[in-house]
Amino acid sequence: MSGLLVAQSGQPQGLPPLELPNVEYSAMAPHLILIGGALVLLVWVAMMRRRAPWVWAAFTVVVGLASLVASWLMWLEVDRNGPRSAVADSILVDGYSIFFMVLVSAIVVLAALMGEAYLRREDVRGPEFYVLMLLSASGAMFMASANDLVITFLGLEILSIALYVLAGLDNRRMESREAAIKYFVLGAFSSAVFLYGVALVYGATGSTNLGEITGYLQSTVTPSNGVLLAGVALLLVGFGFKVAAVPFHAWTPDVYQGAPSPVTGFMAAGAKAAGFAGLLRVFFSTFDTLKLDWQPIVWVLAVATLLVGSVLAIVQEDIKRVLAYSSISHAGFVLIGLQAANDKGLAGSLYYLLTYTFMVLGSFTVVTLVGRKGDARHDLNAYRGLSARRPALALAFTVLLLAQAGIPFTTGFLAKFYVISAAVEGRSYSLALIGMLSSVVAAFFYLRITVLMYMSTDEEQAEESRHETLAIPRSMAVVLAVSVAITVAFGLLPAPVIDFARDATTLL
Amino acid sequence: MEGLSVLTAIVLVPVIGAAVVALIPRSREDVIKAVGLTAAVLVGVAAISLVFAFDANSSEYQFVSEASWIEEFGVSWLLGVDGISLFLVVLTGILFPIALIGTDPHRDVKAYTAWMLVLEAGCLGSFLALDLLLFFLFFELTLLPMYFIIGGWGYEKRVYASLKFFLFTLFGSAFMLVGMLALVFLSAKGSDPLTFDIRELAERGALAEDTARWVFLAFTMAFAVKVPLFPVHTWLPDAHTQAPTAGSVILAGVLLKLGTYGLVRFGLSLFPKAAVDLAPVLLTVAVIGIIYGAVCATMQKDLKRLVAYSSVAHLGFIVLGTFALTTQGLSGGVLQMVNHGLSTGALFLLVGMIYERRHTREIAELHGLQRSMPVMAVVFTVVMFSSIGLPGLNGFVGEFLILIGTFVTRRWWAVVGTAGVILAALYLLWAYQRVFHGTPEGDNAKLTDMTLRERAVMAPLLVLIVFLGIYPQPVLDRINPSVEKLVEHVEARGGYEQPAAAVNGAEGVREEHEKKKAEKEEAKKEETQRRLEEFKGAEDKAREKARSGE
Repeated sequence: MSGLLVAQSGQPQGLPPLELPNVEYSAMAPHLILIGGALVLLVWVAMMRRRAPWVWAAFTVVVGLASLVASWLMWLEVDRNGPRSAVADSILVDGYSIFFMVLVSAIVVLAALMGEAYLRREDVRGPEFYVLMLLSASGAMFMASANDLVITFLGLEILSIALYVLAGLDNRRMESREAAIKYFVLGAFSSAVFLYGVALVYGATGSTNLGEITGYLQSTVTPSNGVLLAGVALLLVGFGFKVAAVPFHAWTPDVYQGAPSPVTGFMAAGAKAAGFAGLLRVFFSTFDTLKLDWQPIVWVLAVATLLVGSVLAIVQEDIKRVLAYSSISHAGFVLIGLQAANDKGLAGSLYYLLTYTFMVLGSFTVVTLVGRKGDARHDLNAYRGLSARRPALALAFTVLLLAQAGIPFTTGFLAKFYVISAAVEGRSYSLALIGMLSSVVAAFFYLRITVLMYMSTDEEQAEESRHETLAIPRSMAVVLAVSVAITVAFGLLPAPVIDFARDATTLL
Repeated sequence: MEGLSVLTAIVLVPVIGAAVVALIPRSREDVIKAVGLTAAVLVGVAAISLVFAFDANSSEYQFVSEASWIEEFGVSWLLGVDGISLFLVVLTGILFPIALIGTDPHRDVKAYTAWMLVLEAGCLGSFLALDLLLFFLFFELTLLPMYFIIGGWGYEKRVYASLKFFLFTLFGSAFMLVGMLALVFLSAKGSDPLTFDIRELAERGALAEDTARWVFLAFTMAFAVKVPLFPVHTWLPDAHTQAPTAGSVILAGVLLKLGTYGLVRFGLSLFPKAAVDLAPVLLTVAVIGIIYGAVCATMQKDLKRLVAYSSVAHLGFIVLGTFALTTQGLSGGVLQMVNHGLSTGALFLLVGMIYERRHTREIAELHGLQRSMPVMAVVFTVVMFSSIGLPGLNGFVGEFLILIGTFVTRRWWAVVGTAGVILAALYLLWAYQRVFHGTPEGDNAKLTDMTLRERAVMAPLLVLIVFLGIYPQPVLDRINPSVEKLVEHVEARGGYEQPAAAVNGAEGVREEHEKKKAEKEEAKKEETQRRLEEFKGAEDKAREKARSGE
């Protein structure tokens, strides 16, 4: 403290004056809206005696929408003036980061709607779900807009720590607690690996700032730099954990299964998007010069992720585990885009993440609904004859599942088409083919669920389940309608979203 | 409305029909049926009117309708029809209303009708698309309704059959998508932009010989599963047997044609050189399919399965004609696609009618139906002979052209293929004998003959079967220009020339003979001239020598 004072008073003590960075709050408006929203919610709940859960949900939705609007305004501004960096060059305001801000805001809105009905049904009191989700989402935004590996790490931690707690939210259920501990242990481990990677990269290049690292790599010829490559590899491992790429996927099925269903939905959409936001930014822009080194590694990761994800999903008997493995195989598709390492690859990956988000949120909405009170009925047999009981629900789920399988005239097909075409353009024919064949395998388990819903003839079971009512709360219906509408509408008229993803990459 | 071409309307009408059906309450079955039928009939009428509006002298795509769709990739909504696709569109337009009237789903009419209409849109879109990606989308789209129709309204093992059908086809398509993208990206060299327009891609022909061969194989993989060619045909007997009658009719009548149509439209025009080089392989596979399908059909105890295996054999003929790479063979192949759709569609309808009455498809259970159902027996006979290829009926014309066309280039394949015609007679006549001949007993004696509605359903098919058998010329006139153009394209790009006999028949042979004769004479003349000059030269020399000696 005294040193600081001395430095400010300008007396010669050998210390340079400390320059505090100029903080442009406007560059982080959506982040701050989310954090602010979380804090307001906390204070509000502490002050008010009356507890009205739906008001918290509504508030969260409003916060999410506000951040969506703020992101959109930033998009327009960047579109006019071009990208810029802020807060001592540690935050980037460009198309790429805003793309993820828009995406994360949308996830917040939908997840809040999803959570509201769930919390009411399960009688979980308190606003923790909303607060933690908002904080976690702000972490995701930081990961997307970071221009410094330290900021990426901070974002990763903000995102993850909130998620650890969210996974254990329903602490009356053993599985939920187990999921939280598992996620925490492995997540903390991967964070450490990531941090080690940051340290090695810093050691090799002398900076953690992505721009400066890029500059260093472009200006310096490094015939073989073991430290740098080790650092890059560790970063890849750290991100690999977050996006559930094989072989760093082991936590995914257990955590997806154990965590409360809406949290799983948020995790599958938000955490995956955030992990890829960091991964793609770092590898596409900063380590682009090293791509001959990391492309083969990513090739192996992508192949393993695609095959393990789709093959293991087949043998699962629990819908949440099926979707967990399916999310792994989707991560493999995004990795195809990364491996291509060209413009189409980046745009394709973004497009994939955007469209996958809605498919997976919608799917987990259905899972939450069918899970019923206790969030326990996730056996695939719970879906037997669903079309007879709730035709609309079954149809919506079918659309979402088939879109994930890549059926034409849905966004799911175009997403696959986009990354595969990037791979073909990058001459990775074998990877493209493996991707397509794994999607054939994947189609099998998506179809298996539709078979249960539409073609099961088990009259007894149907009779038994007819007595149970399966009410669809309005908020859930909204989530489903939005997801299905986006999946189908942009599958038929894909231009707006494709342009959005492409513009996001050109504004990098 | 400007810009809305008739082809776009043809594809969209079933979609709109399906959407309307989806909005009608489930209990109003009569309204649902009426709406579904109206949409299908509208399409049928539009398709038939295309034949009359079609310019038979042109080999170009007609009624082209184009709109940009995904600019980023150069994908557009591009539809067009030429002689090769025209009659497949008509076939689709005719078979769907017939399948809708001729069969009864027994449950959940609403979903059934909606899926049928979506299926129709998918089939029509595939035949009309001139944009590779658009074709692929429609091609894949057909899977889904068929999957639900087999799985939802099929027989005992329907879930297994529907999954097998879906996954097999998807497996083939996986190769095609990668091949398609490779073609498109490799064709976009220099200033040429990305495009999925097959006319443009065929024109560019940008692939290296080796690459083209791989990409051709990737496309062939998808189509071979669909056709289906040996050894990826195993989904077909299951799917056909387990599908409800309408499903089998459409599957055999229309969906299988997507495979053979794809081979003609994309295989030949986009990769002419590869097609020429690999033709022997495909011809061999086709011949294996002809014989294998026929032998399997002979062995079947299930009437529906028998017809299913006969499809494997018949589709083998079409592939044989296609890769004979002669005008006659290809024209025959295209015509045979239509013929097979008519006759096998009709056969499946008849088998379905028998099943509705007897609730069995076992040949051993059926006996002496000729006595109890005389009209059925007559109709069955005609359709059966059409399928066998009896002169005077449609099947003969197609098979004959195919075999001639193949004979002039690939003699031995044609010879083995011809054996398939004989086997077809064997398995169908034998089946007919077991099912229809004799004196019926028990349930077989109590069967009622075809109802008026069933007769009405079969009537248009019978008329077409006879008409195409006696007077196929108007159809061939429309098919031929496009086929000729395609063969010319293959000749120009594939370093290949079809024998003259394949173009003009006997006249061609005579012409060729005369040409050769003239050439020979010319050569002889030249030879004489040369010798004469040589002689003269020698004489001159001798003279000179003599002079210098003096």
